[in-house]
Amino acid sequence: MPLTIPREELMLQGHTACAGCGATLSMRYVLKGAGEKSAVAIPACCWAVIPGEFPYTALKVPLIYTTFASAGASISGLREGLDAQGKEDYTVLAFAGDGGTADIGLQGLSAAMERGHNVLYVMYDNEAYMNTGIQRSGSTPYGAWTTTTPVGSKRDYKRENKKVVADLMIAQNVPYVATATIGFPEDLERKVAIAKSIKGPKFIQILSPCPPGWYYNSADTVKISKLAVETKVFPLYEYRDGKLKVYKPAKTLPVSEYLSLQGRFAHLREDEVEEVQKAVDERWESLLKKEQS
Amino acid sequence: MEAVQSSRRIMTGNEAVATGVKLSKVKVVSAYPITPQTTIVEKLADMVANGELDAKYIEVESEHSAMASVIASELTGARSYTASSSHGILYMHENLHWAAGMRVPLVMSVVNRAIGPPWSIWGEQTDTFNQKDTGWMQVYCESNQEAMDSVILGYKIAENKKILLPLMNMLDAFTLSHTSEPVEIRDEKTAHDYLGDLDLDFKIDYKNPAGYGSLVAPDGPFMEMKKDMRDSMYNAAGIIREEISNFNNLFEANLPGLTENFMMEDADYALITAGAISSTAKYTVRKLREKGQKVGLIRLYFYRPFPGEEILKAVKGLKGLGVVERNVSYGQRGPTFEDVVSALYRRADVPVRNYVVGLGGRDIRVKDYEKMFENLVEGDNEMEWINVGVK
Repeated sequence: MPLTIPREELMLQGHTACAGCGATLSMRYVLKGAGEKSAVAIPACCWAVIPGEFPYTALKVPLIYTTFASAGASISGLREGLDAQGKEDYTVLAFAGDGGTADIGLQGLSAAMERGHNVLYVMYDNEAYMNTGIQRSGSTPYGAWTTTTPVGSKRDYKRENKKVVADLMIAQNVPYVATATIGFPEDLERKVAIAKSIKGPKFIQILSPCPPGWYYNSADTVKISKLAVETKVFPLYEYRDGKLKVYKPAKTLPVSEYLSLQGRFAHLREDEVEEVQKAVDERWESLLKKEQS
Repeated sequence: MEAVQSSRRIMTGNEAVATGVKLSKVKVVSAYPITPQTTIVEKLADMVANGELDAKYIEVESEHSAMASVIASELTGARSYTASSSHGILYMHENLHWAAGMRVPLVMSVVNRAIGPPWSIWGEQTDTFNQKDTGWMQVYCESNQEAMDSVILGYKIAENKKILLPLMNMLDAFTLSHTSEPVEIRDEKTAHDYLGDLDLDFKIDYKNPAGYGSLVAPDGPFMEMKKDMRDSMYNAAGIIREEISNFNNLFEANLPGLTENFMMEDADYALITAGAISSTAKYTVRKLREKGQKVGLIRLYFYRPFPGEEILKAVKGLKGLGVVERNVSYGQRGPTFEDVVSALYRRADVPVRNYVVGLGGRDIRVKDYEKMFENLVEGDNEMEWINVGVK
């Protein structure tokens, strides 16, 4: 298989991310695909901190830090401001966490996509508010412990299903929507390249495992990312020109293989794991049906 | 006889502002149409649609996004503009701080309207008085001419490299925004040459990949950056005085200084006002002068930076000063009162009173101003609410 990942590094050493940070790999791969002629908006999230303290930056692209809910509006402004000066060749992207995308920033995202700006919105999904210490977001999956869904004697883990923003973007008929994860870098790179080639709004949701938030050994980030796909917990799919295409892993595994590695699911009983398995299977079937329709 | 094309037109405050934006060669307009908004943004949309204004127009879904988007577009180096009103301004409050902190020299027009509940779409200035601490310069216009001129002048001042702070220009709802007056349209080429293109030393540029707004720890330059904003605002007063004078010469305009003194020579009693309510105040002053009363008016054109020096000079020899607020602050006197008293503290010995007027569009009549002057001469020291509880 030929190597498709560009060698150029636009994320430098000296960033402040935790060991084994999936979101850092996400940024590294996305920037490789986006290229140096990019303008990036980062709202409040882990990545508002990872590039490092003023005046240093670990990224070799211009960045605008924005208020929490403002990623969608900021890339709209970047795009139109650059275009107004004939700088259409910039790649404009947002790099936002799941809280800033699924919760407080959803309105701004939806509106930016609806307006049709030539922008790429990247949601790096670590499934909770990780920068502030693991608080539940709309993108936190069913069954997960977080500091705001603690496992106590009366109130337990998150009982609600994950809000999958990529599906919302498909419902909105955004020209290009994809899910990706850092365990499949060639696939991620390909999706960024496609996004870059399309003039219009694009959305990519990247599952980005988080060792301190998910409670696993920081050496296992890539392994867990791959397991998320192989257990079908986080299916990889693309939506383009109104068509859905789902990636079918060569081997599939039970969800327990994915859940058991992570402390955030440690409290789940066997019957509860089975519930998760059932929900995952149902979603998978429904995705396949959508692909065929 | 040759017909001479006059550049004087009858137009509403909203049209005047939109024309000012066009004359300022703005490249990006972003606006939300409600909460509430005015026809300023509809006029601008028309201008873009008809090719009169070569700009990108972003139809955002909220005022919060309106401000976020123009911060970003301005940072790319494109002169940007938005307008809002009332609750819309409150909704963008977080990003007002962000704009000033990012040092992007935006101009925004605000049609001053009441804050609910209860719902009211009528005139009041609480919306922008609530924003006085956001790092934006603030001007309150008395006429549609000023509303237009303040946009052009606003960009000149905001983009001054010794200032680099955004500016909001205010016009009272309906009294200016929806009322037609004769306005001299400034010459387009002169305005373009006067402003030139936006020239930022810092902007989105892949050859110089900086991170704007990045994290600063307590031992980093956080406080220094905030102090620089304060110093820039403070020092802006001198630059503004010069720029107003330049503007008046270039356009044969008639903008006041940071403040306007009306019949203040030899005055014994005076009021301080901001915005269109000043016109009724002036009428009252003239009327009382005709009756032999030595009264005058200080009109605030700029509120931020606060024109403390101008006020100090103007109040010399006064026996009483009344600060008229078309806004409300609960639990303390009004913000203008506090700023005036602070400017005069230990430097002028004049009794100062505070009058709250015109909330929710309540009329401010000549007899109300007469009552304020009477109160200045004879009244006690209480803060007065004017034209309240009267059926």
